[in-house]
Amino acid sequence: MLSVERLTVRFGPHPAVDRVDLRVDDGHVLAVLGPSGSGKSSLLRAVAGLEPLAGGRVRWDDHDLAGVPTHRRGFALMFQDGQLFDHLTVARNVGYALRLGLDRLDRQGRAASRRRVDELLDLVGLAGYGERLPRTLSGGERQRVALARSLAAEPRLLLLDEPLSALDAELRVRLGADLRRILTEAGTTALLVTHDQEEAFAVADRLAVMREGSVVQHGTTEEVWARPADAATALFLGYARILEGDAARAVLAAADRPPAPAIAVRRSALAARRADPLEADPRGLTATVRAVRATPDEVRLVVDADGVGEVDAVGAPGWLPAPGDRVVLRVDPARLAVLPPTATA
Amino acid sequence: MRRTAGLLALAAVPTAVLAVFFLLPVWGMVERGLWPDGSFDPGAMVEVIGRERTLRVVWFTLWTSTVSTVVAVVLGLPAAYVLHRLDLPLRSAVRAALLVPFVLPTVVVGIAIRELVAESGPLGFLGIDGSPVAILVGLVFFNVAVVIRTVGTAWESLDRRPAEAAAGLGASPFHVLRTVTFPALRPAIVSAAAVVFLFCATGFGVVLLLGGTRYSSVETEIYLLTTGAITGTVEYQAAAALSLVQLAAVVALLAVAARLRAVPDPTVRRARSAPARPRRQDVPALVATGLVLLAVAAPVVTLVVGSLRQDGAWTLAHYRALQGSGEDAGASGMDGGLLRVSVAEALTNSLRIAVDATWMALLLGLLVAVVVTRRTRGRTEARVRSAFDGLFMLPLGVSAVTLGFGFLITLDDPPLDLRSSPVLVPVAQALVALPLVVRVLVPVLQGIDDRQRQAAASLGAGPLRAALTVDVPVLWRPLLAAAGFAFAVSLGEFGATSFIVRAQVPTLPVVIYRLIGSPGALNYGTAMAASVVLAAATALVILVVERLRVPGVGVF
Repeated sequence: MLSVERLTVRFGPHPAVDRVDLRVDDGHVLAVLGPSGSGKSSLLRAVAGLEPLAGGRVRWDDHDLAGVPTHRRGFALMFQDGQLFDHLTVARNVGYALRLGLDRLDRQGRAASRRRVDELLDLVGLAGYGERLPRTLSGGERQRVALARSLAAEPRLLLLDEPLSALDAELRVRLGADLRRILTEAGTTALLVTHDQEEAFAVADRLAVMREGSVVQHGTTEEVWARPADAATALFLGYARILEGDAARAVLAAADRPPAPAIAVRRSALAARRADPLEADPRGLTATVRAVRATPDEVRLVVDADGVGEVDAVGAPGWLPAPGDRVVLRVDPARLAVLPPTATA
Repeated sequence: MRRTAGLLALAAVPTAVLAVFFLLPVWGMVERGLWPDGSFDPGAMVEVIGRERTLRVVWFTLWTSTVSTVVAVVLGLPAAYVLHRLDLPLRSAVRAALLVPFVLPTVVVGIAIRELVAESGPLGFLGIDGSPVAILVGLVFFNVAVVIRTVGTAWESLDRRPAEAAAGLGASPFHVLRTVTFPALRPAIVSAAAVVFLFCATGFGVVLLLGGTRYSSVETEIYLLTTGAITGTVEYQAAAALSLVQLAAVVALLAVAARLRAVPDPTVRRARSAPARPRRQDVPALVATGLVLLAVAAPVVTLVVGSLRQDGAWTLAHYRALQGSGEDAGASGMDGGLLRVSVAEALTNSLRIAVDATWMALLLGLLVAVVVTRRTRGRTEARVRSAFDGLFMLPLGVSAVTLGFGFLITLDDPPLDLRSSPVLVPVAQALVALPLVVRVLVPVLQGIDDRQRQAAASLGAGPLRAALTVDVPVLWRPLLAAAGFAFAVSLGEFGATSFIVRAQVPTLPVVIYRLIGSPGALNYGTAMAASVVLAAATALVILVVERLRVPGVGVF
């Protein structure tokens, strides 16, 4: 179990990480989610022992890790771009940790190491790639090799620094699922830092949101996603807009929810359909279309809702309203979040 | 077609200069060596090479260069790490200061080392004065800066993360160094070692001053043969033979170095990483760096102190003596002085010649760099360009002494009698500085994306306007830096100059050598004072260059 207590990292006078508390239980994957410059990478490097602490402690179980150098912590690091050793073959990269301290592996040891490398390459879906040089691999393959290399070290904790961010969208989804499966199957404890909420949701089971050096919210991914701690967190988590005051009350009323001073709404919280002029009192909100953009999955609208103002909404595919059309909005209560009152001040 | 013509026009000037002032002298040497009496006679050359003294000289050159290279690399690596990787106060000042020994005139280094190890000097107790060890010390002093700079620059831009990944996998710092860092640094280390070996093997001033006639390298032997210092008679043919040996050896060395530098995957990830705060495990490297700095500073300090002391008291007498023309026991010179001119006048000569050499080297270097880096279209053009490329890299393989000797034997009789011409010395110095200028400018020009020029052209800029918009803003700093380097090299140039300088217009390094070689305590003291002045001038120029912060300056 990793515990981080009041950890502070400074560059110059300003703390990059300011008294952060975190815990990762054995077998869990915690994602630290934050925009660039939030201090999440410094936090990761501090945990790895690569950045000196200005205050606080990093502990594994009950041992304080102060003064324990990186290579004795048993925390393997996986970087955004893999950081494979370009002068070694894929097999030598993966086997790097296995050969440590055993400069002259006996025949048995060497065979065991080769078997293990093959197993790991198999696990990450790269069987038969052993003799290739890292430069000849694609970005996704390189990340898989990096993962296999980290797993070979049998780390107590796997530290992942934006492991999927350098990949294109499709690959990111696929490798994210693989990563999740491999980590779960191996029961690996992992700490992931990323600015990409998709990456965090794909891989982690717990989430800590970091901003300006501090953790502003943590919990399970579902909890954090459903109840963002404040407006900025909500926007960062992919909520489209923050509504306050009357606007918030109007939307909540349409969803049959008790009034609250502020809410965050996702784009998909408001589903638009054509307003029927014969319908006297339609359930939900009425609105006028301002802008329309069709995507393969849905029609994205910006509408001016009566009593609410400008909000985002989605329309059913195959129906293309024009600006100026009147629409009715149905509110999906599961896709909006009530913000705690203190956060809106 | 027009492009090819333009290319040829651009290349015409450097080619002509190279033909007259490089190919002709080298050919003259070949002729002297292989056609001693007008008929082809390689036997004479074989005889020279087979001489016992020649073999000794070649062996001496080889082993001193090898040992100095190894020592310079071993001493330079920790310092390269500390000065380029750790966050220390005064880091950039120290790095700038370390550039100075490398550009210090060789005679100054010779004199400073001699002062250090002399019986009366701080290291006199070691008893290495007049021994090959003193020469080794001099060569290492010179070249450790090259290692620190070349390797340090590579190390500085080395991505930290592969090493961190290795540490995360459980590799100890030493293991990381061995399996991750050194493989990445290998090209830089090999290239530094090759250059250092080349500098050591062609080192002239240091060996001449510290070894005299007793210990000579191929370089100094050529000089000694042409002055008749060994047997009392001038031996041009033997010198030519040795020069040819030298030429072949240096070209071979350059080729081997190029091969060694090639690694399976030459692309190294570049990511400037912020320097780290020193940690406990850095202590050995810090201590080693401190010692290296001390060792580099010691000769300089000794020289300055020596120049300020006379008969055990502090004095400026030696500096006042710079107004005079030296002390001659035989009183054979004019006005009873050793030299035909005063030392101060020699300094003026040096500065004037350096200005001329600088503009010549810059002009040639710029033309060469442009010709070599312009994008190629078509096969004819590619062939023309690669021919130029090879041609202009030729001077790299020829030492200053060979060049000076070539000038001496080819340009002093009809049809080209330039012996008394004042352009001869600046031209020789410009040729010595040319490879340096080219090496500063070529990477910069290569770094300019040709699409920038295309973008300018597409917006309506003519070729000149496009160059003004795209090339000049990027180029002016490196150009200034190259000018500084050329100026410093020219100020300290001794190898080629010593052959062709006119007695009535001596340069300062020549005067210093003359003063040291003559008896009299005041002469020696004056030489030290002059060395300090020369060193200060060079250091000043180099520190200004360093402030320009051109990446890669002084990297080989």
